[in-house]
Amino acid sequence: MNFIASILFSGIAISILVLIPWIGVGALDLRVLFGIVVPYLAVATFFVGIVVRVLDWARSPVPFRIPTTAGQQWSLPWIKPNRIDNPKGTGGVVMRMIFEVLLFRSLFRNTRLEFRGGPKISYEWEKWLWLGALVFHYSFLVVFVRHFRFFIEPVPVFVTLLEKLDGFLQMGILPVNGLGVPSVYLTDMLLMLALTYLFLRRIYIPQMRYLSLPADYFPLFLILTLGLTGILMRYLIRVDVTAVKELAIGLVTFSPKAPEGIGVIFYIHLFMLSVLIAYFPFSKLMHLAGIFLSPSRNLSNNSRFVRHINPWNYPVKVHTYEEYEEEFRDKMVEAELPVEKMPEGAAEEQAGSPEEGAKE
Amino acid sequence: MSDEAPKPEELAKIDHRPPIWTGWMHEPTQIRRGIACYGANPKNLEYVDFPNPREWSPFDEDWKLPGNWKEIIIEGLRERLEKFRSLKIFMDICVRCGACADKCHFFIGGGDPKNMPVLRAELLRSIYRKENTIAGKILGQFAGARALTYDVLREWWSYFFQCTECRRCSLFCPYGIDTAEITIIGRELLNLLGLNTDWIAAPVANCYRTGNHLGIQPHAYKDMIDFFVDDIEEITGVRLEPSFNRKGAEILFITPSGDVFADPGTYTCMGYLILFHYLENLGLDLTWSTFASEGGNFGYFTSHEMAKRLNAKMYAEAKRLGVKWILGGECGHMWRGINQYMDTFNGPADFLEEPVSPITGTKFDNARSTKMVHITEFTADLIKNNKLKLDPSRNDNLKVTFHDSCNPARGMGLLEEPRYIIKNTCNHFYEMPENTIREQTFCCGSGAGLNAGEDMELRMRGGLPRANAVKHVHETQGVNMLACVCAIDRAVLPALMEYWVPEVDVTGVHELVANALILDGEKERTTNLRGEPLPGMEDMEEEEDV
Repeated sequence: MNFIASILFSGIAISILVLIPWIGVGALDLRVLFGIVVPYLAVATFFVGIVVRVLDWARSPVPFRIPTTAGQQWSLPWIKPNRIDNPKGTGGVVMRMIFEVLLFRSLFRNTRLEFRGGPKISYEWEKWLWLGALVFHYSFLVVFVRHFRFFIEPVPVFVTLLEKLDGFLQMGILPVNGLGVPSVYLTDMLLMLALTYLFLRRIYIPQMRYLSLPADYFPLFLILTLGLTGILMRYLIRVDVTAVKELAIGLVTFSPKAPEGIGVIFYIHLFMLSVLIAYFPFSKLMHLAGIFLSPSRNLSNNSRFVRHINPWNYPVKVHTYEEYEEEFRDKMVEAELPVEKMPEGAAEEQAGSPEEGAKE
Repeated sequence: MSDEAPKPEELAKIDHRPPIWTGWMHEPTQIRRGIACYGANPKNLEYVDFPNPREWSPFDEDWKLPGNWKEIIIEGLRERLEKFRSLKIFMDICVRCGACADKCHFFIGGGDPKNMPVLRAELLRSIYRKENTIAGKILGQFAGARALTYDVLREWWSYFFQCTECRRCSLFCPYGIDTAEITIIGRELLNLLGLNTDWIAAPVANCYRTGNHLGIQPHAYKDMIDFFVDDIEEITGVRLEPSFNRKGAEILFITPSGDVFADPGTYTCMGYLILFHYLENLGLDLTWSTFASEGGNFGYFTSHEMAKRLNAKMYAEAKRLGVKWILGGECGHMWRGINQYMDTFNGPADFLEEPVSPITGTKFDNARSTKMVHITEFTADLIKNNKLKLDPSRNDNLKVTFHDSCNPARGMGLLEEPRYIIKNTCNHFYEMPENTIREQTFCCGSGAGLNAGEDMELRMRGGLPRANAVKHVHETQGVNMLACVCAIDRAVLPALMEYWVPEVDVTGVHELVANALILDGEKERTTNLRGEPLPGMEDMEEEEDV
């Protein structure tokens, strides 16, 4: 399957997913199904799926202590160890994980191969992937938190603050408040921009094009559609926000209602979200949880001073010294190597010195 | 070189752009001479009770597999998923961001897209999805899944033996996905079908029987060391008396057998001998062993179980001889093994004592459980405590750079110790560019059992990034000596240098130490351990020749 087939497959899948609520609510008015049943099922799948998956991971032991050491070890007292990249204890591991999870430290190391004839090889500055990933994840987080205003009444202060901050930065550029259009959120734009970048690099960079799977395009398209429907709703196709909030609060308080009069675009948005979270536990998106369990990152490099136990360690067949000496005894004696047992016959002559080494 | 690689100019024409219109999943595998190693000889598999011993060649169409090979692999995979959390996580969470793609020396030097670490892992992941996930079973290739076929198996074999388990990719992976882990387990699966290379299977069988990879028998081992003793006497005028298999010694010394076998490792070995002799007067009580005569562990390139079986003799011999602790020589994967596996495999070593340097009294707290100390830790401590009389000017003919071996760098973090020793024994030391050293170091291209003769093209390709960095310091700083702390490096880097940077030679760190070390009662040295005239002694040599 080449990249075109992968993109087509993911694109078609997303198109079908958009059509389902469009027809379902737009034509068949299945508001309860798409406003209540599907979201509940999706959330249930999300939580159950993640728990099952994480428990399944955790069920397999970590037989060996295999951190990727990325700095100086702790050895002699006068050599400065790198406590974060080569942690010797829990504190260092926690720091390493914080840097990894919150700042994508490993990705920050990224370089780009520059290969010229000759050959002349260099490794160039390349932080775009790191930046794109960081912008994407943090924008998504902010957008997610901003949505709390639909679920919580009264709207918490931090959400209002975040909204103001997020919207304020764009005010000067798009002074459209007077036209009845709400201020543009910076994170809306950044999220879409980052997603577009993450998609384009997959088709623009030859290696990325070759190694990407439908499972890479699909979540990108899904989140793009989610974002697009959200943006459409906010800036172009207005929906009844009061009714949306009624539905949302109904969902979180377990007294669900599917009020009339919310535009179908909302149901498409909600359905995309439902698909995303239901898809989550079965997909690569599980890297969210997996990073915390990754043995090359979450273990300290202490296995030379604290014994790491392998729960399934079992006895193995070895070749013992006795078997070794049995095979080579005569040659060893001849070479004046000490042996445990003198050979028959020779025992008389050298009986006094079986323990004697080559060194006197 | 038994099999010539193409000329460097030819080999350097590398296209890193994969095909545009075809996907990788059903691309047939070519097992090509120059890239692949020979198949395992049946007698070497039999010796360690491995399955399916038979005459076979990877270049043949028929690999003579058992009829139920698919079930064996699928069951083997299932079993390993239960045993290794690493495998499960690494199968599930890759997002294919591609950060690892251009970090692999084999991809950089060869351009084969399946040598991008992410794709190497996908070779296994695709089967995992088909066999172990619901989505893969239902959606097939749309979920990145594909069926296990004979061609897939050949592909696994080809690419799991084109990985040196150097872990450079795992450094750049945002989730720490470690291709070494994938390759180790992948090879373990292949070994269920008797699909090892002979370059790995033979050292494994040798090591099992004679205690070392090269199959050196006890008397021969002693002979070889005695030969060094003669050489050293000739060069320094001092007669050494190393001991072997001596009970009651305080320290057991274990080093890779490569060091007693071939240049330039032999000079490193002479370096150890000279250092130990020097320290004897200061209270060192050390023995060599002909049984624990291998620090390296090719079992590690075969299966976890085989690694454990071969590793067992280190503690067994230490126990038999009644030593207090173990000192380990310069070796790469040996030290990842000791640091991350040995104690877990074959510990607890409660019959040993926490290592203390008998000369400086330094307690090696970082080795208090394994009871095994790296010789550069040991020597760096000696130098720091002014216990060694050194004349670095004896190394003034050398402009040295240091190659961090993959395993001590990324599986341990041994970065400063060897540098400290080099800086104290040589006056001219230069670092290679920062993207190619320390934790970002590039592999020699021949690790993990790929240091055969028949895969020379692969080795020269894989070693290109390293050689390119050496070439850089050679051209800018005049570097003429590449120092390292790994026996495989010493065995393979000379060929790599000869191919890409012929002006640069290779040395172990303890060769540098021994050249600089002033022994009590030594004669005026005119040559270094290689028999080359010392700086300022060039004329003397000529006079003698006349």
